[in-house]
Amino acid sequence: MPRLIPFVAPLLLLGVLGCRYASGPLAANPDRTIRAASATTREQTADEQVYHVLHRLAFGPRPGDVQRVRSIGVDAWMAEQLQPAPDSAQQRWRSRFPLLTATSTELLNAYPPTERQYPFLGELSAIRLTRAVRSPYQLEEVLVDFWHNHFNVFAGKDRARYFLVPYDARVIRPYAMGRFRDLLGAVAKSEAMLYYLDNWQSVADSGRPVLGPSRRGAAARGIATAMPRPTARRRGLNENYARELLELHTLGVDGGYTQEDVINVARALTGWTLAQGAQGGGFVFRPTVHDAGEKIILGRRFPAGRGQAEGDAVLDLLARHPKTATFIATKLLRRFVSDTPPPALVTRAATTFLETDGDIRETVRTIVTSPEFFARRAFHAKVKSPFELVVSAMRALDADPDGTSRTAQVVSRLGQPLFGHQAPNGYPETGEAWMNTGAILNRINFGLLVAGGRVPGVRLASWPRARELAALPREAQVDGVIHELLGGFVSPDTREVLRTGTNPLLQRLATDSLPAADAPRGLAQLVGLALGSPEFQRR
Amino acid sequence: MHRRVFLKGGALSLLTLGLSPSFLQRTALGMSLPRAARGKTLIVLFQRGAADALNVLVPFGDPAYAAARPQLAIASPARRNGALGAIDLDGFYGLHPAMAAFKPLWDQGLLAPIHAVGSPSATRSHFDAQDYMETGTPDRKGTADGWLNRYLAVAGTCEACPPTPFRAVSMTPQTPRILEGTSAVVAMNALEEFSIRSSGNAAERRLEALYRTGSADVVHGSGTDMFEALKVLRAANPQQYQPRAGVSYPRSPFGQRLLQIAQLIKAGVGLEVAFADVGGWDTHVNQGAAEGQLANRLRDFSQSVAALVTDLGDRMEDTVILTCSEFGRTVRQNGTGGTDHGHAGAMFVIGGTLNGAPRVHGRWPGLAPEQLYEGRDLALTTDFRAVFSEVATRHLGARDLSRLFPGYDAPASSWLGLLSG
Repeated sequence: MPRLIPFVAPLLLLGVLGCRYASGPLAANPDRTIRAASATTREQTADEQVYHVLHRLAFGPRPGDVQRVRSIGVDAWMAEQLQPAPDSAQQRWRSRFPLLTATSTELLNAYPPTERQYPFLGELSAIRLTRAVRSPYQLEEVLVDFWHNHFNVFAGKDRARYFLVPYDARVIRPYAMGRFRDLLGAVAKSEAMLYYLDNWQSVADSGRPVLGPSRRGAAARGIATAMPRPTARRRGLNENYARELLELHTLGVDGGYTQEDVINVARALTGWTLAQGAQGGGFVFRPTVHDAGEKIILGRRFPAGRGQAEGDAVLDLLARHPKTATFIATKLLRRFVSDTPPPALVTRAATTFLETDGDIRETVRTIVTSPEFFARRAFHAKVKSPFELVVSAMRALDADPDGTSRTAQVVSRLGQPLFGHQAPNGYPETGEAWMNTGAILNRINFGLLVAGGRVPGVRLASWPRARELAALPREAQVDGVIHELLGGFVSPDTREVLRTGTNPLLQRLATDSLPAADAPRGLAQLVGLALGSPEFQRR
Repeated sequence: MHRRVFLKGGALSLLTLGLSPSFLQRTALGMSLPRAARGKTLIVLFQRGAADALNVLVPFGDPAYAAARPQLAIASPARRNGALGAIDLDGFYGLHPAMAAFKPLWDQGLLAPIHAVGSPSATRSHFDAQDYMETGTPDRKGTADGWLNRYLAVAGTCEACPPTPFRAVSMTPQTPRILEGTSAVVAMNALEEFSIRSSGNAAERRLEALYRTGSADVVHGSGTDMFEALKVLRAANPQQYQPRAGVSYPRSPFGQRLLQIAQLIKAGVGLEVAFADVGGWDTHVNQGAAEGQLANRLRDFSQSVAALVTDLGDRMEDTVILTCSEFGRTVRQNGTGGTDHGHAGAMFVIGGTLNGAPRVHGRWPGLAPEQLYEGRDLALTTDFRAVFSEVATRHLGARDLSRLFPGYDAPASSWLGLLSG
């Protein structure tokens, strides 16, 4: 610990200076006042703040990250993460992984569904993992993970898998830190979502008025009577997407909408389909199957015959709805702060969301600069998801994932296959859901496998700290591993177990269930124990 | 027996020290137990991919059957001209000839086949239909949990039995949809994977020491539960297991999963709900008739299940095996020697407390063109929730069916009467 002291003092100084600066000219703005106040009321120590931001705005530190955040300051580092310059980085990723530029049509041609071979899916998962491990724009990766989960699409639904590469590259990523309305619109028109939640098959019920055959000038031509399509079976309205759009993507399950609203949103979105059906081909609006009648949605009247503009107007209404602001703010808080989001911060984040027209970056900024974010109770409060666990372990050991699906399978075996969640609600966001008998066993085994060099792309020998630590005496080795992998934040019990192999509490209780163990031998054993420890399961 | 070992050496000693494993706490707080009963076990087996019910439980007595399937129909027992014909059950229905292993179960009164059963949803998507059958809520995609997990959350059959980490086990790599939810579930590929992957015991003891610190949080609690579970499993020592004399499980992955379910039941770890699935039923092309692709799948399926039943012996009185598949397949064969996605299908309920003499359950809707669903598929006469409700109630003692199957309020009088009691 003594080595930390030189860093702490300047940081505190910076913190104080920062506050002075912020509270001066901006004090008139009530919002800024709140932010300025936050810096003075942070309950976490300077060291805790460094650890905290690296586990919330990033997937944990890589070697050197802690020093870097200390040297530029927590607030400056967060500001940097909130303002990434990813354009050149995008290019680099695309040249390393050409799959990222593939269209669904190209994939369907290259891997015909009849052959049932989908190597690109494992590769896409591996790319997501690799970017999460290696990208310097960590907050962007965290938000990409968040939105993929919020707008979940299951690869295993028949052909949905073919649409996931463009979904990641062209729908989720470009808007992950942008405006919510843009993201929502991109998702609504994505091949992946249109296919996954069946909207591509949703057509006006028979007897409903539809529009003329041409999209352009459809309204001018007036409203025609629905004619059964000569092809295939005609099913009529499909509510799946409309329901999840309201329940999971925008208003939330308690968002105050009715079944009538679901039906009318579905009617407004009839004709939003895929240009080539199950072959994809991108979004197209088909006026001939669009229900052109008048609709009332959330109490607002949508006049007859507006065509595609009506669906866009529905998305406008939903994206800017106060219930949506609260729902998205709550979910973001659950990701960034704790499983039980503080209501006052939910309100402030929702206010930012509404005042900035759904600016995701600004909403996140409100959250991560708040006193609640830096509260003591928020520290270590989150249980890592399997994806977060694997990525953080790889980052801690400076691993470079090999980009093959083998690495992504490690995450699958821990219970979170990427693109593998069937239901549209996405993976759980709270700790309880990730913690059970089988899950903890798999996590402990993951730590042991990493230490044993049996996880692809992770080699203890190539960890820069390994050689240095291996040369140190036992006690210093234990301190080093605790410092490097657990940020120094461990319980005395954990430290004692790492040092001696036994737990003093259990020794005092004289239970017969735990025979005394020798001190762990070798650096690899220590690393395995540290990665399998309760502390490493948290962030 | 082994439970006692577990209590004495593990959970109880911790309890007296004030370190109760969190599954004990969860149990004490969260459950209203419906009735004291001997520990009952339900084993749910899912045939993923839509098994061709008309060639599983063959309606050879319906004249439209053979007409719709010139190459695929299974010959009726009487006119089989040398080829293998259906195994006659009641003069109208027969089993596929590859399912000979099921015939002794039928003869012993252990087998209740159900025809024209399935989901009322019109979907022909594998994904959606499996989702609906596993959540128990047809046409509702937003349901967060599976119906078996909801059962676990509201009920336990055995008040006297100690809570166990192995109450619900899925022999699958990930927790399946049917068991997703708030109640603890162990999902594993194989029993031998439920162990600490280290070369020595010392590492395991150190890891255990890391988790047994008396902290009450969810991470430490799960770890403590897990080390208890390891001890339970070690005491039960399922690796030493020998199936009953004369029982041989197929070497297939499915057969081996069922063998491991039997191991857990016989080891007395308190298994109440078990799940396994088996794929390969999506026979669009060359599905075969008495022999071929589907026959091979059915042989493995029926021999595996029959081995499990025989192996469990007397324990079948406390066990029900329920088989299901997301939907059936088209009545008419297609142009590639197979069948396409259909509607109603078939299920089997297998157990020791079946009601009355062996019979095939469910009203037969007929296969004449005008009797078909949307002009092409077997029509539905029994909602799968009627079967699940009856099994959950009469076998497991579940009470709150409105929580198990929200939105389904058909009365018990609409059940098929599969089980006595």
